Amino acid sequence: MIRYLVRRLLLLIPLFIGITLITFAVIHLAPGEPVEMQIAMNPKVGAEARERLRKFYGLDKPLPVQYGEWLGRLARFDFGRSFSPDNRPVTAKIRERIPITLSLNVIALIIEFGLAIPVGILAAVRRDTWLDKGITVFVFIGFAVPTFWLALLLMYLFGIKLGWLPVSGLHSLGSEGYGSLRWFGDMIRHLILPISVAAFGSLAGLSRYMRSTMLDVLGQDYITTARAKGLPERTVIFRHALRNALLPVVTLLGLSVPGLIGGSVIFETIFAIPGMGQLFYGGVMSRDYPLVMGILVIGAGLTLVGNLLADIGYALADPRIRTGTSGGGSL
Amino acid sequence: MSVGEEELYRLYWRRFRANKFATAGGIVVLALFAISCFAPWITRYGPDNLDLYNVLVPPSTTHWFGTDDLGRDVFTRVIFGARLSLMVGFVAVGIATLLGTIVGLISGYYSDWVDTILMRFVDIMLCFPTFFLILAIIAFLGQNIWYIMAVIGLTGWMGVARLVRAEVLSLRERDFILAARAIGASDLRIIFRHVLPNALSPVLVSATLGVAGAILTESALSFLGIGVPPPTPSWGNILTSGKDYIEFAWWLTLFPGLAITVTVLAYYLVGEGIRDALDPRLHR
Repeated sequence: MIRYLVRRLLLLIPLFIGITLITFAVIHLAPGEPVEMQIAMNPKVGAEARERLRKFYGLDKPLPVQYGEWLGRLARFDFGRSFSPDNRPVTAKIRERIPITLSLNVIALIIEFGLAIPVGILAAVRRDTWLDKGITVFVFIGFAVPTFWLALLLMYLFGIKLGWLPVSGLHSLGSEGYGSLRWFGDMIRHLILPISVAAFGSLAGLSRYMRSTMLDVLGQDYITTARAKGLPERTVIFRHALRNALLPVVTLLGLSVPGLIGGSVIFETIFAIPGMGQLFYGGVMSRDYPLVMGILVIGAGLTLVGNLLADIGYALADPRIRTGTSGGGSL
Repeated sequence: MSVGEEELYRLYWRRFRANKFATAGGIVVLALFAISCFAPWITRYGPDNLDLYNVLVPPSTTHWFGTDDLGRDVFTRVIFGARLSLMVGFVAVGIATLLGTIVGLISGYYSDWVDTILMRFVDIMLCFPTFFLILAIIAFLGQNIWYIMAVIGLTGWMGVARLVRAEVLSLRERDFILAARAIGASDLRIIFRHVLPNALSPVLVSATLGVAGAILTESALSFLGIGVPPPTPSWGNILTSGKDYIEFAWWLTLFPGLAITVTVLAYYLVGEGIRDALDPRLHR
């Protein structure tokens, strides 16, 4: 187990360097220099000031040197200062946004897995009945509905037509004066729609996946054996089949991180939630290069961590992985 | 193509036809092609015809889907939007499939350090929240329909590469490949003549599903205002004005969203239908 862990951790280094290289390339792919954007905003900047800005951001140096210096600063968690008028450090801006996005996504993930796993099992166990077919139809529609459209429909129905739920922001106006219980309840009401939309996004795919792994397992010989022994169906499904069918689903947890983070742009801009997605969107629109680079690196880094946790969980559950006897598969 | 192969394809076609969902999806896809081809003849309005006397008119017999904030006919814009979605879907997936297939073939066939480097690159690309990456690249490069298609393609090839690599790895040690090698066939000949044709069916499935994904991505980008620049109608950018006028004009939100959902659903159904038709395990 220790050897597996060490190997797995060492692998993070080249992956992280690759992430920074691609991020750096993306930013420098843009025509023109970052400084020019800042100057375009303010035409009064003269040639001399322009040189000073270039020097300040190190843009006068060759690209490999720029990359090296940026990487060096990254190692000390220094992502530079935002280009926006407030000129604050990128790290501080991201730090105040991460908790909202992360907790929203974690709650959405819990709801998603909590719904998708039982639904998938049910569809597999009742294979080819009207129940399975109904779930399949629902799943296909779930695949096809764009999340931002769903968000608009929910907004229209619950926010405008019925007026049950607020459709924007995290708190009502004047909520500072509320008692703590009322303040919390107010925030929950604001979060219902965004979290529903976020959870709906991959609900369909996940329950479909659960169904197919469950079907795979139910076709195995040891399930036939368990049934032949005369075990009750309930024991066969929950003790013998489910344990094995859940494993691949756990790996999906790690793989779903980038999708969730990417999806946060959509629901955060629609529902005006001050999270990472909204910050990124604003950064992209105003060409705030240090901010965009920082979020790309952190977003990909979170995925690395997610994958690592999923792999470790998998290795703990499945001894074949950590001893490396089955050998197959890349990472 | 031998006689046996031809029979096999007929079998696949029969299985596909027997699947009602897949057939329905196929019909919708064909209908969308027809609508895209004949868009100017289906509607009597132009997609950019302004009519400031008839702004935000609800659906009626003259404007089936109503009009938008500039008095443009929403039905017309949705029809023309189908053209764009189809083009984005096919070009983006074409790029992704081509690139993914090449990388997968090389990686699987030469499974040594080349494979290690390519697969690590795939791992790295998969770490990025793809939507963030696309958003940043498009915003920095400039909004342009060709960039959008290229970027969606260039950020979507990793799955195909893994798929093709896995197929190649399982094919490599088969007897017919060993035989080809034994009679002195070149690497290129083995790859293109023997490996690739056998690895194509999963690629076909993933490409069909990929079209659906690309259409969704494009519409989300356009919705956020980073996709197809107006006035070119795209389902996503019609929805942007739908959001602005959601309190007064539900038709601006309902119809383009339905168009996306139906289109994406059709491609999924076709993709799943092809997968089931090609899967020998389902037809024992």
